[in-house]
Amino acid sequence: MKHILSVLVENEAGVLSRVAGLFSARGFNIDGLTVAPVGDGETSRITLETYGDDNIIEQIIKQLHKLVPVIQVHDLTDRPHVERELMLVKVEAERDMRAEVLRIADIFRSRVVDATSSTFVVEVTGSSDKLDACLNLLEPLGVVEVVRTGKVAMARGAKRMREGLKEAPVKK
Amino acid sequence: MQLNGAQIVVECLLEQGVKSVFGYPGGAVLYIYDEIFKNKERIHHYLFRHEQGALHAADGYARATGEVGVALVTSGPGATNAVTGLATAYMDSIPMVCITGQVPVALIGNDAFQEADIVGITRSCTKHNYLVKDIKDLARVLREAFYIARTGRPGPVVVDIPKDITNQMFEFTPASGDPVIRSYKPTSEGHTGQIRKAVKLMANAKRPLLYTGGGVLLSNASDELTEMTRAWGAPITNTLMGLGAYPASDKQFVGMLGMHGTYEANMAVSRCDLLVAIGARFDDRVTGKISEFAPEAEIIHVDVDPTSISKNVAVDVPIVGDIKPVLEKMLPMVLEEKFQSKKPDLTDWWAEIDQWRKQDCLRYEQKEDVIEAQFVIQKLHELTNGNAIVATDVGQHQMWAAQFYGFEKPRRWLTSGGLGTMGYGLPAALGAQVAHPEETVVLISGEGSFQMNLQELATAFQYRLPVKIAILNNGFLGMVRQWQEFFYESRYAESVMEVTPDFMKLADAFGATGIRATHPKEVVPAIEKALATKGPVIMDFHVNREANVYPMVPAGAALNEMILL
Repeated sequence: MKHILSVLVENEAGVLSRVAGLFSARGFNIDGLTVAPVGDGETSRITLETYGDDNIIEQIIKQLHKLVPVIQVHDLTDRPHVERELMLVKVEAERDMRAEVLRIADIFRSRVVDATSSTFVVEVTGSSDKLDACLNLLEPLGVVEVVRTGKVAMARGAKRMREGLKEAPVKK
Repeated sequence: MQLNGAQIVVECLLEQGVKSVFGYPGGAVLYIYDEIFKNKERIHHYLFRHEQGALHAADGYARATGEVGVALVTSGPGATNAVTGLATAYMDSIPMVCITGQVPVALIGNDAFQEADIVGITRSCTKHNYLVKDIKDLARVLREAFYIARTGRPGPVVVDIPKDITNQMFEFTPASGDPVIRSYKPTSEGHTGQIRKAVKLMANAKRPLLYTGGGVLLSNASDELTEMTRAWGAPITNTLMGLGAYPASDKQFVGMLGMHGTYEANMAVSRCDLLVAIGARFDDRVTGKISEFAPEAEIIHVDVDPTSISKNVAVDVPIVGDIKPVLEKMLPMVLEEKFQSKKPDLTDWWAEIDQWRKQDCLRYEQKEDVIEAQFVIQKLHELTNGNAIVATDVGQHQMWAAQFYGFEKPRRWLTSGGLGTMGYGLPAALGAQVAHPEETVVLISGEGSFQMNLQELATAFQYRLPVKIAILNNGFLGMVRQWQEFFYESRYAESVMEVTPDFMKLADAFGATGIRATHPKEVVPAIEKALATKGPVIMDFHVNREANVYPMVPAGAALNEMILL
């Protein structure tokens, strides 16, 4: 089964390769991986999509915890959460096709962020399914390039991921 | 106090109580070596002949003392030569700090002379590693390295220090307490509720078995384990890594389990109704066919590393914690009147075990003309009163040593269990001898393994480290030959050691004493002479070329499908 893990790590050199290296060394799967510094810049948040049975997921979570720079790991799969992905699609759009591209973009509440006489770049955000659906419709019109971020995800509700860390002193 | 980086390194080592450093100099660490030279009254450096040797020596030192072993090597080839030593320590959870030199910060990434990305290379064979790119981080990183190496599940930590950092000045403030790392909080106390649950199962088990591993030794919990085992009355088995955690001569000890474990231990695992695993990680060499491992048992597992729990075998009662505090909590519960009055009579269970014991699975015959390796180890045991610190390499001799040198006390058995590193033994023995200059340190090796790091004989001679080396010379890579005999229709592909050095001349060349024994009658005099000799000694025992290690569980078979002699 697919799982979405949210991993809070120290924002230091090499953390990403420690996480990615753990997956390759132990034969776990990575389906998607997004990472960026968050908050004060001292931490980064990784959203990881992976799959496996319960035992494998349990191992993955425990092994991630074991990495020294990993502060917290949460499996968001079974708790209410929101997830988003961003996609940029460069699509051919000449003369009579231009209106069709704009119509499709409109259906998916996406925006055209660049235009030339022959192409548009469309920015789409939402669930991965929505992005797939949009891409399916654009493809027959002539997709030139696609880039997607992979998922980012966050638990719903008031609880903050870092809450448990409040009393811990911050490393200089 | 303003100090340069090299001075900060030495001050941090002294702060951690480090007395001995094992290493090999080179360009990138010269400032550090210069500083050690100036401080040689306070800190002793041992020059090995290969970085791998230095790392194994630090490892042997750590296993024999329980302290963090420290190695120091230069950048590039120095650091890459250290990798096998790191991987060995990592697999066996040995606390170690390895300082590697690095090219100056400005050259990193430029393919500079003797540059290697050692943080990248060692990421998967260390507990953690650091590249220090700023002098202001140096002291903190070194302190964190020691803290990480020795706490939780111990392991090796690499600190990579660019050369220019060791020559820059910075304010040094002595340490105050353990470092605080917000993302690193190992659990040490076991959960009391879970421990109670475990003790309840223990009080009801009719066919219990304790299965203990290296974690007991790492946690210095042998006394607690011994006391609890005796109070309970259950049989106990050790893994290869756990030998010495419980006295081998005790009647409750049923021997090692696993691939070359005893018949009684493996049958007991297969029949027990409760398995209490303590500081052991269900390695494939122990479990055999996993689906048939302890099929009738509920399993309690105590381990400091949560990833070890339910990794290979599903566990009924997991207890995450350091072994010593967990056993300290368990012991009074086991001693309680309620436990003692309630526990079932184990007489029938012991009768069953005694039946298996009658197999006498470790029997062998010492004939008149050819020396048996097992006989040599038994004689070594007798003549050292079972008191020596024993290091081994990897192969048949290692298994025979595990089977025939009964270990009564902890930290006297140095062997590469997890990684199975040939060439480990000699430098590890030297590291242990540095730690315990007055003790008898014996290396049991094979002629194949010994050749992998024999250059360290020079180190033994230089520092007057009087290790007694017993080479069980059978002219084969014995364990490889055994597998080829069993599973490859006796095609001995490249397992024949057609040429070995003349170990007598080799001993002579390195300032050691050489003794050769080719006849059973010569075994005891050879050992007696070696033990009476002051310096390092090589005993070259020409043993039965065709002998196999029995009993044996073929890889992938269940523990109760042992091949007996």
